[in-house]
Amino acid sequence: MEQLLRNIFDNNIFVFTVTAILPLIWIVPYALVAIWLERKISAHMQDRLGPMRTGGWHGWSQTIADMLKLLQKEDIVPAAADKILFNLAPYIIFIAAYAAYAAIPFSSAYIGADINVGIFYIIAVTSLAVVGILMGGWASNNKWSLFGAMRAAAQIVSYEIPSVLAVLAVVMIAGTLSLQEINNLQTGWFWNWYVFQKFPFIFVAFIIYFIAALAEVNRVPFDIPEAESELVAGYVTEYSGMKFAMFMFAEFVNMFAVSAIAATLFFGGWNSPFGDFLGGPIWGVFWFLSKGMVLVSIQMWLRWTLPRLRVDQLMYVSWKVLTPFAFACVIAVGLWMML
Amino acid sequence: MNLVDILFYIFAIVTLVSAGITVYSRNIIYSAFSLLFTFCGVAGIYVLLNADFIAVAQILIYVGGILMLLVFGVMLTHKVINVEIKTGILNIIPGSMITAIVGGTLCGIFMSTDWLIIEGVPPIKSTTNEIGTMFMTKYLLPFEIASVVLLVALIGAAYIARRDKTSKQSV
Repeated sequence: MEQLLRNIFDNNIFVFTVTAILPLIWIVPYALVAIWLERKISAHMQDRLGPMRTGGWHGWSQTIADMLKLLQKEDIVPAAADKILFNLAPYIIFIAAYAAYAAIPFSSAYIGADINVGIFYIIAVTSLAVVGILMGGWASNNKWSLFGAMRAAAQIVSYEIPSVLAVLAVVMIAGTLSLQEINNLQTGWFWNWYVFQKFPFIFVAFIIYFIAALAEVNRVPFDIPEAESELVAGYVTEYSGMKFAMFMFAEFVNMFAVSAIAATLFFGGWNSPFGDFLGGPIWGVFWFLSKGMVLVSIQMWLRWTLPRLRVDQLMYVSWKVLTPFAFACVIAVGLWMML
Repeated sequence: MNLVDILFYIFAIVTLVSAGITVYSRNIIYSAFSLLFTFCGVAGIYVLLNADFIAVAQILIYVGGILMLLVFGVMLTHKVINVEIKTGILNIIPGSMITAIVGGTLCGIFMSTDWLIIEGVPPIKSTTNEIGTMFMTKYLLPFEIASVVLLVALIGAAYIARRDKTSKQSV
């Protein structure tokens, strides 16, 4: 892909820019559809209809209308807020969410940057989001914002440990940190996917990763940072208009990012489940996005099924349940590989 | 000037300007947050030096760990918003002496080093495997000592944070 662009344009800076912007072509329409889908799914789960009017068929253009409304809103900065940090926080959060896409392989022909430390890089840049959340929560100068930010930071930092350990189990089998390499190792039929390897340890690692990822993107049942019944909206309480939209957008971008990473590590990424059936780079994009969207749908399903955890239960799950099981997985996989 | 040079100057400017804000800002929270840009700038310079693993580790440890701890510390401090950091001139003679010694040493090393300039940067090779092999063979003892130190810190933190059952009964 990069080579092709270079052949056509013969200008490094232009090629880099195009390569960097390509994931946006997917995530912008994805976010619009996903927000609409979430509203429809929640509505049907609660025996309602959800948005039905805008655009005709089942209110499909509701999110677009919301987007236009948010664009026209006044840009409000609270008088007591710290103006510089308040304005900077949404950008930092979006950068952290988008930076992960640099190392996610969308197809065998396209990856933003095929770096050797891919998955390690993704784990590192997602930690930037915590800084953005703390910045926004503190700069809003609002009790709810600060509480939400503190909870979010504590939660993300705690759940990083089981998620990294679960990823480590896969990296141990693959012997590489590059996501494109990990995908290449899973080529063939679906029983080559890592989720079915070293059964059941990698499967358990996937469950651990998925639960920890839910916590890292602040989704229910781990949504106490923005628990609306007690904290109004957590760290986004004071944000309105496009800045609020940036937070919302970053949340959905993150949802797809963790799903994409799970799909790449455990479900073969862009590989077709049936050997060479519908293989190749173009169909690879289709398989990759489908796997990601299935996992996003599971996140939505869980959101409207499960109640919220308390803070102490949240820490209990991370430190006393997920972390020991993740360690057990890593050790078991290591022993299995030595046999 | 090619792309790598431009990137180097961007990262260098980001690092220096944000480090300057950290040192000179009168608002303690700005100092803490501008460290974010310093760490990212340094990570960028590591990438330009072909040290990919170290660059990522820099972000993971400094931004994800140390900066977080710093920001938490600053936020839990009493009266964050309106605190005026007092700057006064104290201990002029010992201070300037230490500055002169450190600065002189750095300048001396800077001038006397035979800087290696490579024309045409080679493509980045994976350094992860080599780092792992080195840790397990040549530098096993420092690696193990660092692990033990971290373990001691972990146990110490758990000991300090754990609930004291004896004092709870007396209350």
